Amino acid sequence: MTLPNKQGYFGSYGGQFVAETLMPALKELEQAYQHFSRDKKFQQEIRYYQKNYIGRPTPLYRAKRLSDTLGGAEIWLKREDLCHTGAHKVNNTLGQCLLAQRMGKKRVIAETGAGQHGVATATMTALLGQSCEVYMGDEDVHRQSLNVFRMKLLGSKVIPVHSGTKTLKDALNEALRDWITNIRTTFYCIGSVAGPHPYPMMVRDFQAVIGKETKRQLRGRPDYLIACVGGGSNAMGLFHPFVKDNKVKLIGVEAAGEGIRSGRHAATLSAGRPGVLHGAFSYLQQDLNGQVIPTHSISAGLDYPGVGPEHSFLKETKRATYVSITDREAMDAFKILSETEGIIPAIESAHAVAYALHLAPKLSRSKRVVVNLSGRGDKDIGTAADYFGVKL
Amino acid sequence: MTSKITQLFATLKKEQRKALIPFITAGDPDLATTKRLIQALANAGADLIELGVPFSDPMADGPVIQRADERALAHGTTLRKILKLVKDVRSQVSTPILLMGYYNPILAYGLKSYARDARQAGVDATLVVDLPPEAAGPLNRELRRVGIDLIFLLTPTSDEARIRLVSRQARGFVYFVSMTGVTGGALQGAKEIRRKIREIRRHTSLPVAIGFGISHPQQARKMAELADGVVVGSALVRALEISGKPVKAAGDFLAKFSKVLRKNQG
Repeated sequence: MTLPNKQGYFGSYGGQFVAETLMPALKELEQAYQHFSRDKKFQQEIRYYQKNYIGRPTPLYRAKRLSDTLGGAEIWLKREDLCHTGAHKVNNTLGQCLLAQRMGKKRVIAETGAGQHGVATATMTALLGQSCEVYMGDEDVHRQSLNVFRMKLLGSKVIPVHSGTKTLKDALNEALRDWITNIRTTFYCIGSVAGPHPYPMMVRDFQAVIGKETKRQLRGRPDYLIACVGGGSNAMGLFHPFVKDNKVKLIGVEAAGEGIRSGRHAATLSAGRPGVLHGAFSYLQQDLNGQVIPTHSISAGLDYPGVGPEHSFLKETKRATYVSITDREAMDAFKILSETEGIIPAIESAHAVAYALHLAPKLSRSKRVVVNLSGRGDKDIGTAADYFGVKL
Repeated sequence: MTSKITQLFATLKKEQRKALIPFITAGDPDLATTKRLIQALANAGADLIELGVPFSDPMADGPVIQRADERALAHGTTLRKILKLVKDVRSQVSTPILLMGYYNPILAYGLKSYARDARQAGVDATLVVDLPPEAAGPLNRELRRVGIDLIFLLTPTSDEARIRLVSRQARGFVYFVSMTGVTGGALQGAKEIRRKIREIRRHTSLPVAIGFGISHPQQARKMAELADGVVVGSALVRALEISGKPVKAAGDFLAKFSKVLRKNQG
């Protein structure tokens, strides 16, 4: 059985919890996606850009020095940080923006937190000649000014969002409000495996190229797959082709921020409970009255109170395990990977690396652990300098 | 069992009147004021009162109602406290009350408990913005059991199939959203609205109320000609926001609408 079902549910998670105005647009999108996911020319076009524009396949690199230092399992890095624009996000925006083009929608909108999805959307819309507006929480606009400027250079408009907590969740609210208003002309390019059906399925499918390549490149079965989870798109992309192979252990790493007990974290699957936000029933950080509560992570890309519904399903069925890593553990890993392998990871990806550092020494040398290095750390240099107390 | 809302629209039809439906956010600026606002609105001619249940992420609302929700939540407003308020106010006000909000606070409350407590408090209807008919089954079952109407939205983008789908589940009345947009947007042409409402009426005998974008009495009069009722939300919430005396402001504001609607249909 392939999931989601026709109504967009993974078990009891997912669905379409949106205002009536959006329902016809979701049906239209669903139909278009079903059609083009089987269309040979569309698939060819995706493969063309994956190879010649994004630079796929990305290497699966054996981190020998790191593995030797730790003295346990072999650690392999899936180098999504080498994708054009510096993160896995572009795998998805390539698919969605091409789909928008086929659907005849000339205006694309997106939400962004750290700015990576915004940059990836701005990049594809520049390439395809579409107009693009990106909603970004006002807090994030200030925290990630470099990415704001990148989007502008790429010809996109960045709209600061002043409502609520002024972060990613509010950017998503504002993008949904725009979509409700401009529904007939606009394509909403969601950046994660979150939101109403068909987004969690569609974004997963566009990201599944990560797992498919890994399978081919590794030759033989990996023992563990490790990826960070905010909304969860890079993790879902790596996991998806392996979900049916029960011998492969799947581990999602959430952001524990200052520690789960501190209350200042973004570990939705570890510490939240199911609810409805942004169109789907999934794990959610909420208070007893069902109000969404603010999250914290040093990594802006993981700082989100929801999570993709398929992750909730993988948790419930125990097919995947979800753990959490604190800001401090992630920043230690950020430094260790930089110094031992010459690779500066995105702070998001450093969470996955941190868990691998913890796991690998406990395993025998014959085991193989694949870590999704979902993005590079250039965008985080300012944050890292602050954290390590360095003045630039 | 005929619901109070069904009775209301039947009576209005006999009197050849249209329902005037004001919306305020419960707990904005605080629940004590909301109680007095409900009384003021009832006295000023409200036929049905819509109480917004504030939510941290009101994705279908414009800036005015977003701010109202933020103020209400900042003062600790919860669904439980709102139900208690409705219960309190019931001894003085018999106007039907509709709670309007988002799904998660009701889910967190528990669907069964919500239905039971809302009934006991004297809530007549519930509208959940992010609960389209495809997802409404579980809540609708609980509400039907206790005789609370679940109100659904239809919009300019709803095609015939969706109108039929909504008609099969809706009770009380159908809430027609005048435009593709969030609350507080600008009202669009009457022609398209007239056409869509005609289409809706082909599939349901339920009364139709129009909301979103109605901010002036003259607009309300125009929209009332097309439907069985009009909802005034953001404009009222805005009037309360800028007024130092919200209770008086609410009464004055609504009286103007009431006067126009009654004069028109004499």
